[in-house]
Amino acid sequence: MDTFIQQIINGLVLGSIYALVALGYTMVYGILGLINFAHGEVVMIGALTALTVIKLLANSDLPGTLVVLIGLLAAVPVCMALGFAIERIAYRPLRLAPRLAPLITAIGVSIVLQQLAMIFWGRNYHAFPPILPTSGRDIGGAHITDVQIVIVLLAVAIMAGLMLLVNRTRLGRAMRATAENPQIAGLMGVNINVIISATFLIGSALAAVAGTMVSANYAIAHYHMGFILGLKAFTAAVLGGIGNLPGAMLGGVLLGLIESLGAGYIGDLTGGFLGSHYQDVFAFFVLILVLVFRPSGLMGEKVAERA
Amino acid sequence: MSAPMLEVRDLHVSYGGIAAVKGIGFEVAAGEMVCLIGANGAGKTTTLKALARLLPAQGAIHYAGHSILHRPVHALIGDGMTLVPEGRGVFARLTVAENLGMGAYCRDNRAEIAADLDRVYGLLPRLKERAPQLAGTLSGGEQQMLAIGRALMSRPKLLLLDEPSMGLAPLMVQKVFEVIRSVAAQGVTILLVEQNARLALSVASRGYVMESGTIALSDSGPALLANPKVREAYLGE
Repeated sequence: MDTFIQQIINGLVLGSIYALVALGYTMVYGILGLINFAHGEVVMIGALTALTVIKLLANSDLPGTLVVLIGLLAAVPVCMALGFAIERIAYRPLRLAPRLAPLITAIGVSIVLQQLAMIFWGRNYHAFPPILPTSGRDIGGAHITDVQIVIVLLAVAIMAGLMLLVNRTRLGRAMRATAENPQIAGLMGVNINVIISATFLIGSALAAVAGTMVSANYAIAHYHMGFILGLKAFTAAVLGGIGNLPGAMLGGVLLGLIESLGAGYIGDLTGGFLGSHYQDVFAFFVLILVLVFRPSGLMGEKVAERA
Repeated sequence: MSAPMLEVRDLHVSYGGIAAVKGIGFEVAAGEMVCLIGANGAGKTTTLKALARLLPAQGAIHYAGHSILHRPVHALIGDGMTLVPEGRGVFARLTVAENLGMGAYCRDNRAEIAADLDRVYGLLPRLKERAPQLAGTLSGGEQQMLAIGRALMSRPKLLLLDEPSMGLAPLMVQKVFEVIRSVAAQGVTILLVEQNARLALSVASRGYVMESGTIALSDSGPALLANPKVREAYLGE
């Protein structure tokens, strides 16, 4: 029983991070109809930026939590600038191009960012300095650290804030209008370019937070961490229904739970034949199942055939 | 005589490599309701789209004394020129109230916006009943009312209406045109594109008849209604 609860806790922590990243995918898809495959790399650069700042300050007298907060606050503007630049430089010139062109460009941007990160930060794994409190609490025989509690609470708070922004503000209403029909939104006086930039800025800020959370949770960051994380968050977005914000959150949390429970029990289920390092398989197994049986996702509307 | 509110000279618009509008000219004076009639494919909607800057065009378009040929799409509503597009174009996943709010997107004065909302609800009481509903759940006629109401929320000086009767039941068409008439009576200048020529000519003070990208005829509404050529080609007599 305690393994079960432990895996649920791990799954929720992982799932909150997936959800934050999945929101970035789904927001951009909702407005541009583009899978921004470079989004995972924005998470990676957020993680490495935060970690670099954290390492610089690790030996100072500042408390560990404050240092991590400073690292996070440094990563957010860096990622926002990066997301803004990616859209301006790589996607905007292709706004009217066939849909395959920006998709391939996104993969290209992803490779470029990964290589740049490798040149800048090296090929090595960067360890997160042990400055965060290791305290935690026990729930039903399972353990959750205070850091993990903060990760989940912060993710929930950010997602609640995002939902308020999208559903209750003038900018959010313009974003929803643009997602539905950019031409008509333009007729209503919405500057589409501003809305698209805002979408990338918001998504990238979430990516920075998620990147910092990943490196704090796993105590590690490296230049190719964005690829697999991005694919999984994309899977989460598809699971929830791409383009649908609550869907991305639900998909993220579900995927985290599926992975965590899967990794926890796969050894028992296969008599030790397959171990927990098969964790990554679950995400893609889920992706295949969703694409075959419910391509519109759990909360998505029926996706029209758009070439 | 003062300059017209909208003046179009030698307008050319190509659509997918085909010349859809071939050097037309017309004008709309302040306070007028002018209609553009013609068969399907004559270039009426293309003309309106070019005016709203949704399609690139050559020639001259002067609105309120200034050329708008290179204005960005999103600037025109702030200039007072608002298009109610063909097929209504309401935001189906936004509520009726949010759709109306989108019409006032460019405006800041909350008190004035609230007053205009009351006015729109007064003119279109059906929208008030349906305010919290998603616009996609409205009937076609209600969506057309919403599209007009949304445009009114921008406080337009010049309203461009593209086929407001399209796809509506006859009774609903009458209602929509009653609304258009009362909007015009409030002093809003209107350029109306319609396939229903009889209806359009009966409400408009002047009309232009488009034929394959050119303007074939222009006259006052009653004169066009009485014109034998118009009666034969567009009124089915």
